[in-house]
Amino acid sequence: MSVAVEAPPAANGASSSSPQYPDQYYYVDQILDRPGPRTDEAFSAGDPVKSFLREQCKILVIGAGGLGCEILANLALMGFKDIHVIDMDTIDISNLNRQFLFRPKDVGQPKATVAAEFIMKRVPGVKVTPYYGKIQDKDDDYYMQFNIVICGLDSVEARRWINATLVNLVDPENPESLKPLIDGGTEGFKGQSRVIFPTISSCYECSLDMLNKPTAFPICTIANTPRLPEHCIEWASVLEWPKVHADKKMDTDDPEHISWLYKVASKRAKEFKIEGVTWQLTQGVVKNIIPAIASTNAIIAASCCNEAFKIATTAAPFLNNYWMLIGTDGVYSYTFEHEKKSDCPVCGGETMDVEVGKGWTIERLIEWLTENQKIQIKKPSLSLGTKPIYFQAPPQLEESTRPNLEKKVHELIPEGGEVTVTASTLPFTLTLRLAFV
Amino acid sequence: MIKIWSMKKTEEAAAKKKPKTSAAQIRVQKDLTELELPSTMKTTFADPSDILNFTLTITPDEGMYKGGCFDFSFAINTNYPHEPPKVKCIPKVYHPNLDLEGNVCLNILREDWKPVLNLTSVMVGLQYLFLEPNPDDPLNKEAAEDLRRDRDAFTQNVTRTMKGGSLRGTTFDNVFKR
Repeated sequence: MSVAVEAPPAANGASSSSPQYPDQYYYVDQILDRPGPRTDEAFSAGDPVKSFLREQCKILVIGAGGLGCEILANLALMGFKDIHVIDMDTIDISNLNRQFLFRPKDVGQPKATVAAEFIMKRVPGVKVTPYYGKIQDKDDDYYMQFNIVICGLDSVEARRWINATLVNLVDPENPESLKPLIDGGTEGFKGQSRVIFPTISSCYECSLDMLNKPTAFPICTIANTPRLPEHCIEWASVLEWPKVHADKKMDTDDPEHISWLYKVASKRAKEFKIEGVTWQLTQGVVKNIIPAIASTNAIIAASCCNEAFKIATTAAPFLNNYWMLIGTDGVYSYTFEHEKKSDCPVCGGETMDVEVGKGWTIERLIEWLTENQKIQIKKPSLSLGTKPIYFQAPPQLEESTRPNLEKKVHELIPEGGEVTVTASTLPFTLTLRLAFV
Repeated sequence: MIKIWSMKKTEEAAAKKKPKTSAAQIRVQKDLTELELPSTMKTTFADPSDILNFTLTITPDEGMYKGGCFDFSFAINTNYPHEPPKVKCIPKVYHPNLDLEGNVCLNILREDWKPVLNLTSVMVGLQYLFLEPNPDDPLNKEAAEDLRRDRDAFTQNVTRTMKGGSLRGTTFDNVFKR
């Protein structure tokens, strides 16, 4: 778009002690001071939207690595002023080529802390609160305080966790409990960004089957006919490590462990006349490292922050809901709406409120379920959290849970307790929320 | 901030609150409670309240491994079904597709795993290994070589090792004692 924007007034002699640079938000204000052709009806130009963005909006960034550094810098420069960041990693020397908030002196320090300090020093007026640890350390109350969550993660597991947590957080009585989740991801020259409104639009779990499976080699190839340096490294880590170290767990962050694997893999490579086993490759294979490209991170982070800005300000319509970038052969990008899966184990399935009589046994509850015309299920299995209440199969679990059939429902399940029901006739699961009458 | 809430119908909202059970846990519950195992396979749970760790016993009723009891440990992590279950053969068995450490060569446990597969697929796959040992994907190269060269001699080796006999200096576990 070619829109002429007037040049900002010259920054005349801003004193360094000033909390903000003069005209720090000059360009951003061009968007916020007046509605545009596609702004939302709710958009209130000028002070109201600016004060929300700069004084109220609290945003959480998960991950302070390749994407996280870019995201933090973008958010701070856009005018988000209350930013929190979580990362469980410390800075490695190999991060310095693209994680530009870190310097050689920071190697070994927590990423979250160093990134937060850098941003606060560089962009006055912004508060960045770091947490050095796992996302799983934090509870619902912690996640409840944010307006928006942005993820720049490298693990499927962490994404599944935060996605499930935010879906579970949604309380139908409380609009504030719905936290938009923006997820960015890169893999070499490819990347994607997406917007998830937990329980409303397709969630991360809905799209799990779109993921490429992690590269795995047939174990017999590794054992007998290695042809690639990767086969030798897998042989060392999958077959030799457990054989030699018995119960000692391999720690892929421990350089001594990597060195051992490298030594063993090199010996095997020599035996089979395979070239290319290096220390770096060994680490790359066992940690499943995909080369990170700084420019891909920059593009994906820009898209994520753009979405956060649009959602926070309503200045323009947000992404609906999945954007992918393929930079391997030229530049190709595609936007589409990923649909919700009705049988998604996280956001799919249905919840029913059930009123249970005081005298009801588990058997009575199961009878009620199977007789209920509305649900029509056969042979339901019930659990509460991770605890089986009654399982139809396999035989041992049926036997061990059978005594529960005669127990009173309220002895096993608390008021408001949520029971997970599975049955072959259900597309996935049914959740029962119990109330005793 | 965008008013997302208005996008959502209230009655729909009331129906969507989900429990704190992990997706992996729910999937395993579904997989397990819908298992229809033949009489040759049985699951045992050391702790019936932990459904993510259990033992599968396969007792083939035909083929050269007929009558043996083969225990496999199953360990499922929270990334299931994105990741396959971790399966190990507990007794030391003379078999082309099992090594002496209990590693199993079954494609769907590694390179061909997909989240649409389930525990039944893995169990059926394991049983198939005893009915049709596959010398083309060997993990125990000697056993594979024996099978390829002389099927009868291989069958004799199987019978001997299943009773706890030794072969070329390796003592195998007796899979008949129960």
